[in-house]
Amino acid sequence: MIADDDEKWLTAATAAVKQNAFYMQRAIDSNNLKDALKFSAQMLSELRTSKLAPHKYYELYIRAFNELGKLEIFFREETGRGCSIAELYELVQHAGNILPRLYLLCTIGSVYIKSKDVTATDILKDLVEMCRAVQHPLRGLFLRSYLTQVTRDKLPSIGSELEGDVDAHMNALEFVLQNFTEMNKLWVRMQHQGPSREKEKREKERNELRDLVGKNLHVLSQLDGVDLGIYRDTVLPRILEQVVNCKDELAQCYLMDCIIQVFPDDFHLQTLDVLLGACPQLQSSVDIKTVLSGLMERLSNYAASSVEALPNFLQVEAFSKFNYAIGKVVEAQVDLSASASVTLYLFLLKFTLHVYADRLDYVDQVLGSCVTQLSATGKLCDDKAAKQIITFLRAPLEKYNSVVTILKLTNYPRVMEYLDHETNKAMAIIIVQSILENSTHIATANEVDALFELTKSLIKDFDGIIDDEVDEEDFQEEQNSVARLVHMLYNDDPEEMYKIIFTVRKHILTGGPKRLPLTIPPLVFSALKLIRRVPSGDENPFGDDASATPKKILQLLNEAIEVLSDVSASDLALRLYLQCAQAANDCGLEAVAYEFFTKAYLLYEEEISDSKAQVTALHLIIGTLQRMRVFNVENRDTLTYKAQGYSTKLLKKPDQCRAVYECAHLFWADECENMKDGERVVLCLKRAQKIADAAQKMTTASRGTSSTGSVALYVELLNKYLYFLEKGNPQVTGDTIQSLAELIRSETKKVESGAGPFINSTLRYMEFQRQQDGGMSEKYQKIKMEWFE
Amino acid sequence: MNYLLGAFKPACNISITFSDGKNRKQVPMKKENGQTATVPLFHSQETISGKVCIEPYQGKKVEHNGVKVELLGQIEMYFDRGNFYDFTSLVRELDVPGEIYERKTYPFEFPTVEMPYETYNGVNVRLRYVLKVTIARGYAGSILEYQELVVRNYAPPPEINNSIKMEVGIEDCLHIEFEYNKSKYHLKDVILGKIYFLLVRIKMKNMDLEIRRRESTGAGANTHVETETLAKFELMDGTPVRGESIPVRLFLAPYDLTPTHRNINNKFSVKYYLNLVLVDEEDRRYFKQQEITLYRLKEDTSS
Repeated sequence: MIADDDEKWLTAATAAVKQNAFYMQRAIDSNNLKDALKFSAQMLSELRTSKLAPHKYYELYIRAFNELGKLEIFFREETGRGCSIAELYELVQHAGNILPRLYLLCTIGSVYIKSKDVTATDILKDLVEMCRAVQHPLRGLFLRSYLTQVTRDKLPSIGSELEGDVDAHMNALEFVLQNFTEMNKLWVRMQHQGPSREKEKREKERNELRDLVGKNLHVLSQLDGVDLGIYRDTVLPRILEQVVNCKDELAQCYLMDCIIQVFPDDFHLQTLDVLLGACPQLQSSVDIKTVLSGLMERLSNYAASSVEALPNFLQVEAFSKFNYAIGKVVEAQVDLSASASVTLYLFLLKFTLHVYADRLDYVDQVLGSCVTQLSATGKLCDDKAAKQIITFLRAPLEKYNSVVTILKLTNYPRVMEYLDHETNKAMAIIIVQSILENSTHIATANEVDALFELTKSLIKDFDGIIDDEVDEEDFQEEQNSVARLVHMLYNDDPEEMYKIIFTVRKHILTGGPKRLPLTIPPLVFSALKLIRRVPSGDENPFGDDASATPKKILQLLNEAIEVLSDVSASDLALRLYLQCAQAANDCGLEAVAYEFFTKAYLLYEEEISDSKAQVTALHLIIGTLQRMRVFNVENRDTLTYKAQGYSTKLLKKPDQCRAVYECAHLFWADECENMKDGERVVLCLKRAQKIADAAQKMTTASRGTSSTGSVALYVELLNKYLYFLEKGNPQVTGDTIQSLAELIRSETKKVESGAGPFINSTLRYMEFQRQQDGGMSEKYQKIKMEWFE
Repeated sequence: MNYLLGAFKPACNISITFSDGKNRKQVPMKKENGQTATVPLFHSQETISGKVCIEPYQGKKVEHNGVKVELLGQIEMYFDRGNFYDFTSLVRELDVPGEIYERKTYPFEFPTVEMPYETYNGVNVRLRYVLKVTIARGYAGSILEYQELVVRNYAPPPEINNSIKMEVGIEDCLHIEFEYNKSKYHLKDVILGKIYFLLVRIKMKNMDLEIRRRESTGAGANTHVETETLAKFELMDGTPVRGESIPVRLFLAPYDLTPTHRNINNKFSVKYYLNLVLVDEEDRRYFKQQEITLYRLKEDTSS
């Protein structure tokens, strides 16, 4: 509705402008000055309308503007024809209406300046003063904008063809400044025109007009001869005075940005304190962060683009000025939201990272300021602020690509403290990811300590916060990262590495039942790796308590693993014990290895109840035990005996059988002569066979048909016999094997067995070995079997 | 008909020419019928000289009781039409009674005539100077011919010319202070000034400066006062804020102004006023009127 009206008014006004422009042109063509003035004034009268919205008014203005261009040319020609320009200057002022009069005056004024009949200064002064008469914001803005437009290429400046003296130049400057001031006043005042319910719409419209005001600043920046001195002493203070005094959010925001964008970088740098000094004086609703960030971004780019500029940055102490200014702003704007203030610091940080990449102390200082600010607001709860903080904390990480650098920033963890748990964790993940991605080498215990302190939200649960809702998969992911992180920690020096491990352990142990199973293994393996590097225990020539010995490390691991068993991850604990036992074995620490085994057994007995788990565990125990060389006979016997005991106690017969025949290996170590007890091997195998028999009977009884399972057991046993035969166990005789083979044959005859391929390949193997040359075939010759014939 | 008309036609053609007619400046003057004619311009203390030429129409003779030329300064009140008051009356007898058969030329001269008042054409009053040639005849009635002339008198620039400065306002609503650079302006002068807004609580549409002419005629109970607005000059568009000052620059040249006349021959006065008018958004007008004195300054030789 209103828009329609608008359109209608515009159409009417445009038509009138066109018509009068036509008559004006005709008068110009016939050199009729009087009519030209008359019709131009009539045309300009259309601009007196109050009915148009700014953008419509702008359309109208542009039309009139184009026509005035013709008039300007006409005026110039007219003066060429001997018409006194002074007279013309008076003549146009006869117009009864102020607006046409002033448009014409500006037009002729620009011609006047060009003619050099008078000093440009006088005309400019006069024009800018006369324009005061239009107090209507919209019309005044456009009028003054016109004034800027027609005079901008005629302003006297040093070295221009129009008057060269400094005074004239300063006066031109004064002119632009004054016009700017007046325009800004009008612009600001615009918001108070009309009913308050349309305020929002008005502000929107007002925003559309901002470039009219901003153009003045642009002209200022283009003005020749505005050097740093003039800028610092005159231009900037005057502009800022206006900006601050207008007390208008929109204007302040826009103009500050304008200042930053239109004037050269080095000017900003040299006048930083002035510019920044204005910031705390702005209205509290002004989005200062955008303003400052614009400035910092510009200066960052400036620093990046020219190396020569960098000393200037140092010279003017740009950093401390910014830091101070932001502090002031935060102080001045009481209701500044946390996210806004964090954003401010974020930009300062970015700036610092850009310009003073090598000044960690500055970076730390920024963080410190941020902490101070945050301490006033307490923990951050709103999402936006949290996001900002993450970006904030990320910035140095991305810049230096090295967490080691970050760890030197003492304020970094302090900032993190103000995050809520979720955010803190997110940040910790980011840090860990960074390490993983960049393969950052973290080499000292202190750094590790700091790092874990930093990422503690990943490492441990916090009081009172229960992550029930945490997605299990995410959790795994997180902890995997932590585990990978643990693997990344490495130092060539075993002593330091020991300290690192010690530190890691300290932190990891705080992790709670959910984390430990995921984090302890990497610790253990990392430590085991170390053990291989350190000289074995007792040979330590220094006897230094603090120094790393395998014994100590293993001691440490023992405790760590013990924790695991407490959190019902006994399966894992058992495996780790066995790993450690092996390591102890390698280091020749019998007692320690025995201890580990004892623990593993204990776990097996007390904690592992699932039969399948038992089978697996037992096989592991047997496997590990088989490789232990460090034990004396007594210890070894004890352990072996126990393992055998466990084997026979397994729930299922086939499992028992398998475990028992595996135990046979415990009495036979290839490379170790004193560990070849052929008799006990065969004993074991025999016992296994008995169990297999029993299993066979049981299945036959229960199902009536033979299952493949027990036949397979026999075949497995056969394979074991063959193995020991090959290894040269004297107790393994051809007869035994033969009878077993017979048994298998009779069993397979009874039923069609699924174990056929297994049997066949075993037989084929035997056949093959028999036909080989050398010792092996000799051993096989002992086996006399009908099958082979 | 032609013949009949001829009977009422004057028997002769009378023309009046000035001796320096070619060089003398001519100024336009509005006649009673609304048309504009150009008329020679004189100043006080000038000598008015020229010739009166009487040319009887073909074959006619003019019988007369004497020929004279008069220089009259008259004040004419419109509400008292036809009643002239001559404040100046000079006579030159040109011929003794007799007959004129052919073209006859009489030179005349009024040396250094005192013409204290300017020609003025107002709403209710007219002050004019006229040369009147009379061919006196008995029963047929005299033959008359008039030649208007315009008199303008220059005044020296006033010795004292204070500015006009004044503070006016409506309590708690509008306070302004205005200043015009002079109180006495010549006719081609420019009024410079400033309007300061000390307090603005009303929304204004615009501010105009008007030049008003107040012509009062007659005296005592019969005084007629007529006020005209001769110029309406917009000074400001929109509402200013407190502390704003608006410039005034009004060129008087384009307006049809006369000097201020004070009590001319006890018949009339013409005074000029500057009227500052503020119009608010509800079209209410706030105004303040100040008298200014206008005078005619001796112009440059060029004009």
